[in-house]
Amino acid sequence: MNFAFSEEQEELRRTVRAFLEDKSPSAEVRRLMETTEGYDPSVWEQMGSQLGLQGLAIPEEYGGSGYTYVELVVVLEEMGRALLAAPYFSTVALAANAILHSGDDAAKKELLPGIASGETIATLAMTEDSGRWDAEGITATATRAGDGYTIDGHKMFVLDGHTANLIVVAAKTGDGVSLFTVAGDADGLTRTPLATMDQTRKQARLEFSDTPAKLLGTEGEGWPVLSRVLDLAAVALAAEQVGGAQKCLEMSVDYAKVRVQFGRPIGSFQAIKHKCADMLLEVESAKSAAYYAGWAAAELNDELPTVASLAKAYCSDAYFHAAAENIQIHGGIGFTWEHDAHLYFKRAKSSQLLLGDPTYHRELLAQRIGI
Amino acid sequence: MDFRWSAEDEVFRDEVRSWLNEHLVGEYAALGSGGGPADETGWDVRLQWEKQLGQAGWIGLGWPKEYGGRGATITQQLIFNEEYAKANAPARVSFFGEGLLGPTLIAFGTEEQKQRFLPGILKCTELWCQGFSEPDAGSDLANVKTRAILDGDEWVVNGQKVWTTLAHHSDWIFNVVRTDPEAPKHKGLSFLLMPMDQPGIEVKPLKQLTGSAEFNEVFFTDARTSADLVIGNVNEGWKVAMGTLGFERGTAFLAQQLHFQHECEQVIDYAKKHGMSGDLIVRQKLADAWIGVQIMKYNGFRSITKMLATGSPPPEASISKLYWSHWHRHLGELEMDLMGPWSEVLAGPNYELEEFQSSFLLSRAETIYTGSTEIQKNIIGERVLGLPREPAAS
Repeated sequence: MNFAFSEEQEELRRTVRAFLEDKSPSAEVRRLMETTEGYDPSVWEQMGSQLGLQGLAIPEEYGGSGYTYVELVVVLEEMGRALLAAPYFSTVALAANAILHSGDDAAKKELLPGIASGETIATLAMTEDSGRWDAEGITATATRAGDGYTIDGHKMFVLDGHTANLIVVAAKTGDGVSLFTVAGDADGLTRTPLATMDQTRKQARLEFSDTPAKLLGTEGEGWPVLSRVLDLAAVALAAEQVGGAQKCLEMSVDYAKVRVQFGRPIGSFQAIKHKCADMLLEVESAKSAAYYAGWAAAELNDELPTVASLAKAYCSDAYFHAAAENIQIHGGIGFTWEHDAHLYFKRAKSSQLLLGDPTYHRELLAQRIGI
Repeated sequence: MDFRWSAEDEVFRDEVRSWLNEHLVGEYAALGSGGGPADETGWDVRLQWEKQLGQAGWIGLGWPKEYGGRGATITQQLIFNEEYAKANAPARVSFFGEGLLGPTLIAFGTEEQKQRFLPGILKCTELWCQGFSEPDAGSDLANVKTRAILDGDEWVVNGQKVWTTLAHHSDWIFNVVRTDPEAPKHKGLSFLLMPMDQPGIEVKPLKQLTGSAEFNEVFFTDARTSADLVIGNVNEGWKVAMGTLGFERGTAFLAQQLHFQHECEQVIDYAKKHGMSGDLIVRQKLADAWIGVQIMKYNGFRSITKMLATGSPPPEASISKLYWSHWHRHLGELEMDLMGPWSEVLAGPNYELEEFQSSFLLSRAETIYTGSTEIQKNIIGERVLGLPREPAAS
């Protein structure tokens, strides 16, 4: 029994942290969040070619380096900490997982090497105006046309949907939910970037009109694949949330040590000290949940569905609480645009709702443990 | 990262399991795992069982072999506690001796003191209670007023202790007493062992809000103990007492977690059985309780892993008590809510409680004893996060 990262994994963490401190400081995050694309192509290129981050958990036979989900958890935690503005979550946690678990060997051979190298930006287009994360929420349709298919309908809240050159789309055929791949510049695809409250993670609306698509996996068997992908993505998001929450705790504690009122550092007042203690409890617990879920994801064991929902529910609330308390502890300065507290607060909120909110995941968990 | 156990550990697990299979029978098995430090259910049977554990060498599992322990690894202790809980074996009665005084003696005692007292703990022939808290020394433990004065080759003790669990069953008490009233409050204390069976000591049961009386008040009126029964140096008792409090039940966490998980499952079953598990709000609360008890396990595994690497619990292990006590309090409240009006109806006319009622009420003590929630948060804030201390009022 060993619940710790290996020395190699800790080294990976140090490398990624140093890279992000250099490439994604607050000023860069702020510069990129004001752009429509929301990422820096040269940093994205370096992430792929120098650090191999996009291909970290992609098997070697598909151009990746074949590490496990535990390594991915380490990387995502650091990205959450740095609020990295890049299409990493959409490309790796959503699209790459969808292709990897689609059971479609030809698609894996064709598409994964491009993702692994950093050439391809990819995403998953699943949710629609209803905002639902279940099979019933999928109403876009796909129709057989010659060798392929065409898709009609819309997708909403698609992460990096406007910059992705490869889009995995969930649509319904006569056989039920199926997955397709669509090129970013496909005919009949209209992509509209959304103005979002959390500017560090970009979203888009996609309109499909007779848009050519290629089947990914087996027609009508898209839901079990999606369900697994959503579990894996939930684990990835939980890891990101842990990184953000830890950073909020550090910001709060650092400030509480130096901000003086009534002649004392505010951190010497129990009202503030106890808030920080509560944050530590939740941040440490969130780490335990996310890391354990990362192990279950690496093993792809029977526990994955339950611990994925568990981690998503707990880490979402822990992050939001930490980010909210961070503003409160900073007082007036924490409410300014200039201070970074709002960037974390907004990311915490958008992440809490992404992939289904904690209420949704607690319900899913209840079902999964047989309540 | 790997949650599987080694082959060697599995061999040890088999040994524990087969011993329990063979011995946990009859009245011992019938007792179940009820009872605890503040719950005396089945006391006599539990005491007999504990002696069996002692005979078989399961007490002091992790103590060094030279002091009669098994020198078991942390992993083995974890496995023993896990199997013990899974077997639904009786709640232990020797916690204060095995868990607190024994390790204190091993760390701070003289060779003579170790030889005198460790065997009695290992064989469960001498039971111990802990005399720390006083009416004016709760969270502010260093405010202890019970006074010990050396009179020839004996200490003469006057004063009062309170919340003394199991004092009425104990043969000995380990006390924190004031030996130098002139010194600053942390520097005039000594850690003193005293026999309970003497005219100068009176134990009065303290009826708690559950209606039963597992806690006591202990009064000392010219009570006596031998001069050589101070652990550590005279007036350096604070250091020893802090050491005692530091012997966390690190390896007992898995047993405790299993116990809580079992209770959580009982709550889920109750909701199902009474047609409430379809209610969306109830489902949310049940899922939340279940999440809490799983995270308790993950947190424990992380702490233990660090303990294995460094030999001592990591700072963040201090969240453990805060975490479980509040989780359990919420669960107790959920139990009452699910029982609805039945939560008011007792099991018998003498304030006999149903299991959920008992859990609900007892959980209010858990956020107070062994360091209240507020003290735990101060400790986390100051020792883990490095926040400045509050300026002292006195």
